[in-house]
Amino acid sequence: MQQRFGNRVAAGLIACAGAYAVSAQNVDFSGGWMPLYHEDGPERLPGPELGDYTGLPVNDAARLRADSYDADRISVVTEYQCRQHSADYSMRGLATLRIDSEIDPATQRLIAFHTRIGFQAMERTIWLDGRARPPPEAVHTWQGFSTAVWDGNVLTITTTHLKAYYLRRNGVPATPLRTLTEHWMRHGEFLTVVTIIDDPASLTEPLVRSQSWVLDPGQRMGTTQCEYVTEIPDPGQLVPNHLPGANPWLREFAEHYGLPYEATRGGAETLYPEYRLMMGQPAKPPPEQCEVYCICSTLFDCQREPGTTLLGGRLPGVPAGAPAPAAAPANGALSPPSGAPR
Amino acid sequence: MTGVRAPRIAFVTCLFIAAAACTTLAEAQARRNGVRSPTAPADGVRALQVRPNIYMLSGGGANVTVQIGKHGVLLVDAPSPRLVSEAAALIAALTPAPIRYVINTSATREHIEGNDAIAALGRTGTSQPNAAANVVLLGSAQGMTILSHENVLNRLTHATDVPRGMLPTSEYFEPTKDFSFNGEPVVVYHMANAHSDGDSIVFFRSSDVISTGDVFTPDRYPEIDRARGGSVQGMLAALNAILAMTVPEAFAEGGTKVIPGHGRLCEEIDVAEYRDMVYIVTERIRDSIQKGESLAEVQAARPTRDYDPEYLSQAVTPAMFVEAVYASLVDERLADGN
Repeated sequence: MQQRFGNRVAAGLIACAGAYAVSAQNVDFSGGWMPLYHEDGPERLPGPELGDYTGLPVNDAARLRADSYDADRISVVTEYQCRQHSADYSMRGLATLRIDSEIDPATQRLIAFHTRIGFQAMERTIWLDGRARPPPEAVHTWQGFSTAVWDGNVLTITTTHLKAYYLRRNGVPATPLRTLTEHWMRHGEFLTVVTIIDDPASLTEPLVRSQSWVLDPGQRMGTTQCEYVTEIPDPGQLVPNHLPGANPWLREFAEHYGLPYEATRGGAETLYPEYRLMMGQPAKPPPEQCEVYCICSTLFDCQREPGTTLLGGRLPGVPAGAPAPAAAPANGALSPPSGAPR
Repeated sequence: MTGVRAPRIAFVTCLFIAAAACTTLAEAQARRNGVRSPTAPADGVRALQVRPNIYMLSGGGANVTVQIGKHGVLLVDAPSPRLVSEAAALIAALTPAPIRYVINTSATREHIEGNDAIAALGRTGTSQPNAAANVVLLGSAQGMTILSHENVLNRLTHATDVPRGMLPTSEYFEPTKDFSFNGEPVVVYHMANAHSDGDSIVFFRSSDVISTGDVFTPDRYPEIDRARGGSVQGMLAALNAILAMTVPEAFAEGGTKVIPGHGRLCEEIDVAEYRDMVYIVTERIRDSIQKGESLAEVQAARPTRDYDPEYLSQAVTPAMFVEAVYASLVDERLADGN
């Protein structure tokens, strides 16, 4: 499985980069970038559904931690409320990205890229000057410690010293033991970022995902502040969680989308197309048409149910209970098919 | 670029990318096979600067906090005897000032067994680095004060296998003890019945650094020393006390630095993650006890199995942790009359 996976990743990267290879030795990533959501839109915009571990090569430990997760934890445990996204998750987030170059004034060589993402002031430095990595006992941060090398026109970044976070927003854990590898590829006005997370405590094989951005000249980015709010008395005495086997919500996702429950539990064996041949039949058929999260080209037109936006408003001209309208295209052909079940 | 050269360049680019991808995967495979990761500990004692005047010595067992300044050197816990000379050399490279204070965070051997060797540095004369023999004595015949909670001194005094040189020379019995050293308020808090009954955490108030001893060990499960009065209830209370004292700078990072008894330098959110793990495992075991399950049954159910890949260590096995939690909760039920 490992070798086959490696071959597939390598082949995919070759096909992707080969199609857009340019003659320059290095690429300038500087500028403002807007995220595109044609990949994994429902997961990244409204957020994943409880018990959906599809596409994640999780081990048994990570699966149980996710099963134990109660979303109340991120509000009741006040320490969690103002977290940034960690570097491996932030590239999948909702906010705009700015990349600045740092040039050594003495040599005029590029020594670092500085990134800022417009949510919770996520700032990261990606060093290209060959500096040493901090010792293992150094403090871990949301953005970790990043160094990079050029592989032709591809910037390959290695990030360690990341704080514990999640791989998916429904409680699948990312531990401080993980290493993040990124490949940044620019194709004209588009930026493709392939992220590879290797977490020996949560994953049985690397988690490979990709995200795309479009150049956004003139972008303006605001500032962010965050102050936690205590929501219950004496919160230190309560950490919301589900006992093993007692989470009542884990089957919702499978039942709604008409999937065999086992297929939603993640794991390397469920990642590849041939799994469809052995995954069995669902307990009930999938819905005939999209019922939730039908349009997700942006957060604001993402529909929780026909005619109702995720944020609680109503779409103009769409009566309650009406079928979902056709998906509005975002950036041309990048939108998902209209009404396609996710 | 000609039409012939462009495909060649694209082909070479592809080779680079393929090589990079395969290298990354090979590295990932190596890590899973036990090859040291970029964040795996290296051998030898190392000094990590935490603040301008505070360092964390690690790599030789328990972490040691080093505060330096015009009055001398203060250590939280003593390095292992076999590493004292190496640690002393590191400290001497930071400051020529003598070591004048050691605060033992518990009676656990690896936190105290270097006391005598550290004190011996002070008996070699003031010409030696870190020597304190002829400096002002702080209630100690050794030229150095070794402070702990009184329960530590009591236990070590009554132990038959503890040399006198390891014994604290000063103790406190109140909930806190504070003093100023190197121009900084140093506040020692007793954490009752956590890792043991003699735990102290040390708050360097100006530097905003907390040295926790073994009530917080992010690289392993908590060692709850039941024989010395430790309990999971006390451990959770201690972790919550640390959380109450820490303040992040922004976005749940930065701010107060937390030097654990073992493991990496941390911040508030790292303590919260650890507290949550201890809490969740405790709740699982509490539920099992309420169902009438025996310790053997609870251990067989492996209530820590989802945390084992992150916290597994030889020092504190999952079975040891589960047993300590189970016993703590049984004691609680007995105390409640259930």
